[in-house]
Formats: sequence, C-alpha cells, structure tokens
Amino acid sequence: MADDATGETELKQTILNGVHHAQGAKMVPFAGYEMPVQYPAGVLKEHLHTREAAGLFDVSHMGQVVLRGPEMAAALETLVPADIVGLPEGRQRYALFTNEDGGIEDDLMVANRGDHLFLVVNAARKAPDLDRLRAALEPRRITVKLIETRALLALQGPQAVEVLAEHCPEIREMRFMDVATLPLGGAECWVSRSGYTGEDGFEISVPEAAAEDLARSLLGDARVLPIGLGARDSLRLEAGLCLYGNDIDATTTPVEAGLAWSIGKARRPGGARPGGFPGGAAILDQMESGAPRRRVGLRPEGRAPMREGVTLFAAETGGTPVGEITSGGFGPSLGGPVAMGYVPADMAGPGQRLWGEMRGKRRPVEVVKLPFVAQGFKR
Amino acid sequence: MRFTEEHEWLEVEDDLVVVGITHYATEQLGDIVFVELPDEGREVTKDDEVVVIESVKAASDILAPLDGEIVEVNEAIVEEPGKINEDPEGEAWFFKMKIADLGVLDDFLDEAAYKKLIS
Repeated sequence: MADDATGETELKQTILNGVHHAQGAKMVPFAGYEMPVQYPAGVLKEHLHTREAAGLFDVSHMGQVVLRGPEMAAALETLVPADIVGLPEGRQRYALFTNEDGGIEDDLMVANRGDHLFLVVNAARKAPDLDRLRAALEPRRITVKLIETRALLALQGPQAVEVLAEHCPEIREMRFMDVATLPLGGAECWVSRSGYTGEDGFEISVPEAAAEDLARSLLGDARVLPIGLGARDSLRLEAGLCLYGNDIDATTTPVEAGLAWSIGKARRPGGARPGGFPGGAAILDQMESGAPRRRVGLRPEGRAPMREGVTLFAAETGGTPVGEITSGGFGPSLGGPVAMGYVPADMAGPGQRLWGEMRGKRRPVEVVKLPFVAQGFKR
Repeated sequence: MRFTEEHEWLEVEDDLVVVGITHYATEQLGDIVFVELPDEGREVTKDDEVVVIESVKAASDILAPLDGEIVEVNEAIVEEPGKINEDPEGEAWFFKMKIADLGVLDDFLDEAAYKKLIS
C-alpha cells in the first residue's frame, strides 16, 4: 500500500484550508495545492449525499480570470470555438481552448458579466491558459487578470437551491448556466447555477474576507456535507463529464471527445463567424467527415473497477489494442464500475462489446450512452 | 493476533491461520468496493499476490504472508466489500491457510510492535 505521493515543492493552500482541517479532512497534494481528498464520512457517503441532498466543495484551486476591454468577446473567440459574441449578459457557457492541430489545451467556463467576461479554468492549466490569453488579448488592449482574492465554492445537489435560498431567495430565480451578483454571507458573490456533478447546484466566487464564514455557515446546515476530491471525481465520472488531462488533452479533438456541441452554430461553416479559432480547419473538417475515434461511456461487467490506462480489445483473446480507458472507477450511485475511454468510431455504438485487460486478464465491457446518471439541471 | 508490516493480521484458529487486513489498512485505503480472492486449494509461496482489493481510490495487492495452502476464503466480503471497512479485524477476514509449522507466527509483530509501527 503505497502512501500518497508528497509534493516536493511547497504546496499552496486555499483560503479555506483551515475549514478543511477543522472538518477532519484527509489532505493530499493536487495541482500544486493542499486539497481535501475526503472527509470522515468517506468517498462513498460523500458521493451519495451529494446526489440526495447537498455537498459543499472547495474549488478555490481553479483559476478565476477576469477579461476587460474593447470587443473582448470577439477577441476571446480567436482562442475558443464557443460562441462568445452571442453569449447574453448574465449567462455562462462551456468552452475549450484549442491548439493548431485541433487538440484541446483546456476546458473552461465563460460568463458574460456585462462589463467583463469571467472565466474559470482548471488549476493545473492556469499558467499556460494565462500565457495564451495574455499573448492574444493584451495586444488588443484587453486586460487579463487572475483573481487571487476570492475563494470558489460549489454547492451541489438537489437541496442546494433551498439551502442557498435561506441566505438569498433570489437564488431560486436562476436557471441552469445563469450568472448573477448576489449577496451571500454579507459579501458580494459571483454566483452561477452550474457545477461538475451532474446535479443542480451553484458555483460561488466569494471575497476572501467572507469565504470562511460563508463555508462554515453552509456546513452548519444539516443538509450539507463537505465533499472532497475523491467524490468530486466519481460524481463527474457518473455524469459523463471530462477531466482535463485524462479524458481530453492536447491530442484529443472536440469531435473525438464528443464536445462538438460546445462549438457554437455561429462558428461553424455557414454561420456568422465560421472558424477563426486555433485548429479551426481541422476541427470543422472532422465535424463534417467524422472522427476516427470517439469518447464513449463503458460499463465493465462484474464488480472490478477498470481505471485509466486499461487497454481495450475487440476480442477476448489475441488482436491489438483498439482503445484505452481514460477515466474509470466505482460509481457509487450505480453500485458498480463505470468508465470512459476512446474507441474506434465503428465500435462506439451503445451495446458494443469490448474487453479491457487488467492484471493479464481480459474482462468484458459494454459501450453505453453517457451520462451514466440522469442530469438534475434546472433548465 | 500477529501482524505483518504490510498491515495484515494473522490469527490461529483450529490449526489454520486466518488472514485479514487491519483497521489502519482500511483507513488508508478508504471505501473498499471490490475484492478478488484466491481459489480454495491453491498452494501459495510467501509474497505471492493472492488478493486484489480495489477501493474508491486505487487497487492494492495483498501478499501471502506465509508458504502454505489456501483452504477457505470469505465469500461474504466478495458479495459485500464494504464489510471490510466495517469490521476488518473480525467478520471480514480474507482467507484461511494451512501451514507446515504454526511456530513461525512468533516471528511476526505482536500487537504492541504493530501499534508502534503505525503510530
């Protein structure tokens, strides 16, 4: 039983580090931060509680970025295939930074907050994302500012809305992917109705000075449990959501990853602003002609979890690998193993039987539709 | 009860050695969701991989603590792996072994020595 790898460089702490320790969290290094992987309830209970009631996540390690300047939406469209110009004020959209080969450099959320755009990027990708944004936007007189004085909380689950409504009833008026500035815990918070669990829920950017009080107050609600990175991963996996670095990276295209829906109509051939993002020609061509491989949901038969790196075969014996699992584990809500991975396009149909090789033995897996659990979004 | 440095416990019962993992091990592993046990009747050599455990976090191997024959395995933990988290040093034993000389158990850690190891 190997111990968790300890970071060699000094780990950063989020604003809520003291809250995690007070809650009895087991802390691990993650993307350069000391983060809670689980609390005393454990990953299974944390996961199920989030699906049944509400869970509070500290996601302050993620990058919060504000863009301000002339024609900032059009400028950001030079980096992402999403329709940003057409994003109404008070709305948020999922986007991808692409590269010249059509690969994915990061996935992010973009909110139109009127006089600025608010971006949330992955913790491990903050530095390259900021470089990319600055190089492309600063020459256009757009400022790119990393916000390090606010924590980012996520309250997720079917009871999240009623928990938050006790602090601020206007919360109820928000729809999925709405963003608003609302008073929570006596501070001006930037709230979006979104998350990374497949459940209804909110993400709350809260000023440093008010963050700990807000977190403690939410945790004081009997409906709310603190949730660590372990359950965050199993929740997003069951919801069929990609983890950057596992399911998508610089070598996977949006079409292969099943994320072409995030490419706005305006950015496609025949649209108002076709192409104009890195790798545009390759990606739009692939949308037309189809990708050679696809990200799919996989259900291993039996109980053994199949994790990232497991090789997939088309037959029980012989042959060469046809694909690989990129995320996998135990799905507590399904009570069994779940996984995602890449397979050739002609093997990507639901019902397709494949074999995953683990510990020298091939075990059957079935291609299934994503997500594994029904989404609870309030559209 | 005796202990290995790999966080297994060993206990003699009716001339057999019962093997499981310790409370400390389950705390390190987190929620256990899958167990694969060896076939009954298998002859094993010390340090053979005999059991695979998967927790919500990762896969781990359990090594045979001694040379001998696996004579019985606990199917109940295969059906309900969560029992291992609930009662690792009691109901959720893994397997029973027949070994040549029960005297070798004295070479393993006693409770005081094991407690010192994990403290």
